[in-house]
Amino acid sequence: MHYRTPLSRVLGLGSAQKGTGHWWMQRVTAVALIPLSFFAIGLLDSSFNAPYADTVKWLASPLHSTIIIAWILAVFYHAALGLQVVIEDYVAVEAAKITAIWSVNLVFFLLAVAAVIAVLRIISSAG
Amino acid sequence: MATNNNRPISPHLQAYKLPLTGIISITHRMTGVLLSVGLVAFVYIVSAVAGGATDYADMQAFMDVWIIKLIYWGFVYALFFHLCHGVRHLIWDAGRSFDSETLNSYAVCELAASVILTLATLFM
Repeated sequence: MHYRTPLSRVLGLGSAQKGTGHWWMQRVTAVALIPLSFFAIGLLDSSFNAPYADTVKWLASPLHSTIIIAWILAVFYHAALGLQVVIEDYVAVEAAKITAIWSVNLVFFLLAVAAVIAVLRIISSAG
Repeated sequence: MATNNNRPISPHLQAYKLPLTGIISITHRMTGVLLSVGLVAFVYIVSAVAGGATDYADMQAFMDVWIIKLIYWGFVYALFFHLCHGVRHLIWDAGRSFDSETLNSYAVCELAASVILTLATLFM
């Protein structure tokens, strides 16, 4: 039985059939980020204190570059999901809300791409 | 679509003193937003490493300014705070630790853990 009118569905009221997806991915990325974040701090620590050649060598190892790229993908996704919730809570005007959420998504997607490309450039510069 | 902007809000922040758990809860959100903004700095740093030895040296000189260092350590603390409270959210998601005694003792635990993790990183 369908008790909801087609109009209420079109207006975006009620279930969109994907209610748990956002919540679940927030948790999955959170769990992944617990171990990965320690490596991100390791990279930053090396970048601030170690000689250039040492940082490049550290990041160019297959294990470290895999972990750092995984961290980048998880952290930018996690940040965009989290900021979406914050925007939804505080921005009541529908047009501003949707614009803000998708601006954030776009910016964080571009930042993630830039970060991954930087890691790939570091790997190739290590030869 | 018509939106009712005149709904009651709760808790009323000017009349209600937040308990420790409430302060931690809003801090979790604030650190999350700050850490998200901080990711822009990560892109700058990793791009400087990719840019070669000169860019790298410039980045190191910038990150060595004391106020920048202080901000960086603020971010490290924010990360560990967010991580520790995030673990608690995962425990809540499993349907555990909702009684008020556990709530308060865990609040102290996660504050202590976040400070210890930050200090461990600082002196590593």
